[in-house]
Amino acid sequence: MTTKYLFAGFGGQGLLFSGKVLAYKGLIEDKNVSWLPSYGPEMRGGTASCGVTISDEPIGAPIVLEPDVLVAMNLPSLDKYEGKVTPGGYIFVDSSLIERKVQRDDVKVYYVPATKLASDNGSTTLANMVLVGKLLQVLGSYNEETVEKALGKCISARHADLLDLNRKMMEIGRDY
Amino acid sequence: MSEKVLMKGNEAIAEAAIMAGSRHYFGYPITPQTEIAAYMAKRMPKIGGTFLQAESEIAAINMVYGVSSAGKRVMTSSSSPGISLKGEGISYLAGTDLPAVIVNAQRGGPGLGGIQPSQSDYFQATRGGGHGDYHILVLAPSSVQEMAELTIKAFDLADQYLMPAMVLADGTTGQMMEPVSFDFQIKEPPAKPWATTGTKCARPHNIANSLYLDPEKLERINNERFKRYEVIKANEALAEEYLTEDADIVVAGFGIAARIAKNAVQEARAQGIKAGLIRPITLWPFPEKPFAEAAKHAKRFISVELSMGQMIEDVKLATECKVPVSLCYRVGGMIPSPQQVYEAIVNAAKEVK
Repeated sequence: MTTKYLFAGFGGQGLLFSGKVLAYKGLIEDKNVSWLPSYGPEMRGGTASCGVTISDEPIGAPIVLEPDVLVAMNLPSLDKYEGKVTPGGYIFVDSSLIERKVQRDDVKVYYVPATKLASDNGSTTLANMVLVGKLLQVLGSYNEETVEKALGKCISARHADLLDLNRKMMEIGRDY
Repeated sequence: MSEKVLMKGNEAIAEAAIMAGSRHYFGYPITPQTEIAAYMAKRMPKIGGTFLQAESEIAAINMVYGVSSAGKRVMTSSSSPGISLKGEGISYLAGTDLPAVIVNAQRGGPGLGGIQPSQSDYFQATRGGGHGDYHILVLAPSSVQEMAELTIKAFDLADQYLMPAMVLADGTTGQMMEPVSFDFQIKEPPAKPWATTGTKCARPHNIANSLYLDPEKLERINNERFKRYEVIKANEALAEEYLTEDADIVVAGFGIAARIAKNAVQEARAQGIKAGLIRPITLWPFPEKPFAEAAKHAKRFISVELSMGQMIEDVKLATECKVPVSLCYRVGGMIPSPQQVYEAIVNAAKEVK
């Protein structure tokens, strides 16, 4: 089985980081993984994105054109990628930042006020991890042990306090 | 370090170069390969190596010439426009028979072009790139694991054959992260009795030079070099073959294009079309044999490229134009989709029915 994820939003929302946590979790669970960021000038304020592929098979093209799972953290990203999600796929919307609803009825949609949940709980910058927590819970792959290991791989030891905060944000998303 | 780590392709190249014993790196920043320089800047001072951001690409390649003359392993990296600037220095390295590793994470061109992935420096790489009659070894990784493996191989081959070796990557393979294992057996570099390390008044001078004002001598040296190239062609060509034995439609692609093409081949097989893939791993020497073999039964070849059609010429040469070859491409930083390649396969299959 192959699942393609696309994280999209503004540069600075931690999209690349959330993708990396997901990819590391896949690696720890012995899957094939690939992670590909957009690296254009759009990273300075415009839309940024990051595609992650997790598969039981060797991965062919690492480019995510038609995601099975879309995490949209701003309106331009939802506008751009809503139509690309595979039928039966998932869209996770940061409803603090995106007011409109998803138009499609052939995908499963989860509205999470991630930016508000994060700032209400002591972080103005970790809405991305709230969404990752929700995503893993919905997809049935929230595993505390591998989540912890993946966070450990993505956050250096001298920022251990950030690890706790990231975990907390993921738990808030999971429990929302 | 056998545990797999997630790393960008560019970082894997840098780590592999260090593992291969390269303690000298000279470069100049350019997207999409700057992670190589950044990694070297971080690591080299900690292991007694030299990282130097040169004042230009031209300066960097000439620093490479200097270190290589002294018999040490050395690497530089850049992206397309920067590689053009290095062209003169690469020709000098080739003309002096010096080993060196040059990484090109290609971006769209010509000119300053763009910063998105491309494969349009194929001609430049496989035909030498600078002035004069010469070749460089060209290795084309298609995964982060291969970015590491082929970098180490590039150092080994460069030392063995005394010539520059290029790792021809692109923006995608440089920027993407995949699991990579650095569980490599590193071979001891060969002795370099030609190195300019000081005579200590005990031997004649070694001279690193590409200037020969005597045309007879220069002709002889060119001929000798090309004899060495023949040995390389006979022994070092590498390709991955996928479902080619019974293939009617053979897709050719290297690097990222091959990854995309493989998806398309799988889809075509699922639809009952006998498709296969040849992925050249060395671009110079070009792996002619698998193409010549496939041409005995295949009815169409398709060259998948992020260029206006460059490798397609080598496919035609290798198959001696016995079978029609078509091109499936995107340029300018755009990437063909598996669907586009699949449709090209379907169209080719219709033609041969």
